[in-house]
Amino acid sequence: MSQNKRVASQNRRSQLVLDEDDEGSLTQPSVSQVQRARENFTPVQVDRKVAEVVQFILIKDQKKIPIRRPDIVKHVIKEYRTLYQDIMKRVDRTFEQVFGLKLVEIDSKNHIYILTNKLEQSREEPISMCPANPKTGLLFVILGVIFMKGGSVKETLVWNTLKKLRVDVGEKHEEFGDGKKIITDEFVRQKYLEYVRIPHTEPLEYEFRWGQRAESEVSKLKMLQFIAELHDQEPQSWTQQYREATSAENNPR
Amino acid sequence: MSRPMGDSHKRFLQTMMSNGIISSVQAKALHRHCCETHGAHFSPDRLEEFIDVINTNLQPMFMHIRKGTSEEDGAQHYALVNMAETDITRMSSDYADNELELFRKTMDLILDSENGTASSTDLLNCADRLQTKKMKKKETEHVLNKFVQDKWLNEKQGEYTLSTRCIIEMEQYIRTVYQDLIRLCHVCQNIVLQGQICENPECGIKMHYHCVARYFKGRTDPHCPSCSDFWAHEIPEIQPESQNQSSSARDVAAPTPSTSATRRSRRS
Repeated sequence: MSQNKRVASQNRRSQLVLDEDDEGSLTQPSVSQVQRARENFTPVQVDRKVAEVVQFILIKDQKKIPIRRPDIVKHVIKEYRTLYQDIMKRVDRTFEQVFGLKLVEIDSKNHIYILTNKLEQSREEPISMCPANPKTGLLFVILGVIFMKGGSVKETLVWNTLKKLRVDVGEKHEEFGDGKKIITDEFVRQKYLEYVRIPHTEPLEYEFRWGQRAESEVSKLKMLQFIAELHDQEPQSWTQQYREATSAENNPR
Repeated sequence: MSRPMGDSHKRFLQTMMSNGIISSVQAKALHRHCCETHGAHFSPDRLEEFIDVINTNLQPMFMHIRKGTSEEDGAQHYALVNMAETDITRMSSDYADNELELFRKTMDLILDSENGTASSTDLLNCADRLQTKKMKKKETEHVLNKFVQDKWLNEKQGEYTLSTRCIIEMEQYIRTVYQDLIRLCHVCQNIVLQGQICENPECGIKMHYHCVARYFKGRTDPHCPSCSDFWAHEIPEIQPESQNQSSSARDVAAPTPSTSATRRSRRS
């Protein structure tokens, strides 16, 4: 128990104290530096670092905030930074083997990661335990429209489609509140959607595309099968979409 | 070497992560669902073993799926707890400083009360005297609501109590911080906040409502298990939900007063 308490206090300190002078930058350490660090820290110390990084990422992910490498280094890894690669390799493995999650780098220039689910969404999840999230329904309609329209759609098309489903983003919705903000801000921040300006348009026009989280979490084939079912047709009748969906299925990211 | 987790275990854990706490009825349904979804062998009486596999793998992460009993109805629950931060810091990523202070004050009031409750009036008064940043009435109500929604507190007719999740997750913290205030249930030896107290001032033992119900079941003339004085409270009915439980809980309800031996076995 005292062991636990000690861990707790250390863990707390490492998560809460932000050392201002530490920019969390990371330069490639030399082989000998890594070697020396491996000797300097005991396996128990490294184990604990791995656990702290896992917890840090899980907490960030609860709010679907993308995780930046500098933040991991600055707030958690700190003086273990020469062992960054070692630690992250084990963090990756823990997410896959214990949680069924995968840490995906969605921006290799700025080193930004998200956690995606490796387990497929199951339709028959016992309802009582699935925290009802009406936003998911909203998101899937939009992703569906984008996919069926070939990968990108003007925002007006999305707004009009939603209006047909009685979600008018110009008005306050009783379930979603400010629907436009959820779609263009929350979903975009969570990397489910991309919302980008179409160049050379006057007045300004925006379009939607699938974001990286959607690409790695949502099965296009399942989506197409569902839409086909709604239309009482075979998924194959949408040749281009079917080709894209099946090729995505065979080359998982 | 620990048994590796299959996809069925991972799915169970993911659902635990998004729920925080589930009842044992839900856990059984979820166990079945997870095994069936991934074509794993399912045997209904192996839930504990199934959870053990997850716990062994969670241990290096200082996380644990822990079993606990609801003070409301005695039903068993499973909560995913974080052992690395047993105190309120676990909540610190979700709440502002003054909200955390309000939560601490709420715990103070609840632990200091005889029946494990804090009234909304007292809480509103507290909120007016917060050191970090005072809260207006509206704001306080909103924050208290959030605590209830996030399953840290329960609310019934303006009375707030600690939720089952809160007690399971913060047990260690409560035992450390409030060691002079906490009472242990005479029957199950766990922390008791909501319950009945023996009227004999010399005795004053406390028991959970559901423990009282089971202990005095079928007895017309209830007497305190410690001092043998008449038990001057209304004996609550056994809640239907708590009936289909592990046999160990029923052992305690057997007419013989619990000896230290049975107590130990119950705690293990």
